[in-house]
Amino acid sequence: MLAFLKDPWPWYVAGPLIGLTVPALLILGNKSFGISSSLRHICAACLPAKIPFFRYNWKKEVWNLFFVAGILIGGFLAVQFLSSPAPMEVHPALKEELSAYGISNYEFLVPVDLFNWENLLSLKGIFLTVVGGFLVGFGTRYAGGCTSGHSIMGLSNLQLPSLIATISFMIGGFIMANLILPYILSW
Amino acid sequence: MALDIKDAEFETENDIRTMDAICVNESKLEHSPFHNIKYLIAGILFGIVMVKAEMISWFRIQEMFRLQSFHMYGIIGSAVAIGAISVWLIKKFNVKTIYGEPVVISPKKFNKGQIYGGLLFGFGWALTGACPGPLFAQIGAGATVVAISLLSAIAGTWVYGAFREKLPH
Repeated sequence: MLAFLKDPWPWYVAGPLIGLTVPALLILGNKSFGISSSLRHICAACLPAKIPFFRYNWKKEVWNLFFVAGILIGGFLAVQFLSSPAPMEVHPALKEELSAYGISNYEFLVPVDLFNWENLLSLKGIFLTVVGGFLVGFGTRYAGGCTSGHSIMGLSNLQLPSLIATISFMIGGFIMANLILPYILSW
Repeated sequence: MALDIKDAEFETENDIRTMDAICVNESKLEHSPFHNIKYLIAGILFGIVMVKAEMISWFRIQEMFRLQSFHMYGIIGSAVAIGAISVWLIKKFNVKTIYGEPVVISPKKFNKGQIYGGLLFGFGWALTGACPGPLFAQIGAGATVVAISLLSAIAGTWVYGAFREKLPH
């Protein structure tokens, strides 16, 4: 049993569990599932700066901050107690592409060759970490939700705006991964 | 279309709080902060699933955007299927919350931000290999440098809030 838990979980186990988050949060207390708003609540709590967009009672949404704190703890627990010693299995074509950029370490979910403190000072590191993070925060709020809010909660509630947002996420990702990222990785 | 923030003073607090947001607290009840522990536990379980299914992996995201793996499509597809069936059942049988409140899910209006913002988020998703949830999980999993990505994402949200009126919606 424990061996099964430690191996990477297949999509048909993980997907339904992720989907069950939607009714779980609704039934636990009328909360629509979503994660990116937590970033906004942090702004509203720490640095509202009289900006109208941040002038609301963030304490009403404090549940969302508890939820993301839980995600962080869950990430820690999964790696500490349920991690598999085997390196990640990655598609051979992707491995070949990445080897050209000096990426060869598949020990961890996050590529150690790219995301480390030393790299943070390089142009490549700044793009992957700082620019990427900024676009995640700016883009999700502009879109009014992220993969969880639009692509899971919104689509589960059959919302057309969420379908439009999800298609836009995917188009943006395809453009970046295939057309722009190769240049950034080759720096 | 989108709510005009210039009219903010005429809006209720609820209008601002639910602006450009999906995940809102629809409950009219007020509880002691202790009740939030259940969302912490839900988050812990969610975080464990994301790590164990390798959804927080930069490599899996790159495979998804190169059509090299079905994994992420399978996860999102089956999650939506289960979520949609659940929402349908909740509506059909008027399922109440554990506090006895009727479940409320507000519909969302279309605005162009969903396209512009969606594309920008897509760029960031492929760069960082993470959407907002995985940012938190990656930090917990030990990728400490991702804390910089998270701070940058918070800054991105702040900048959006500051310039919201000037952006096309």
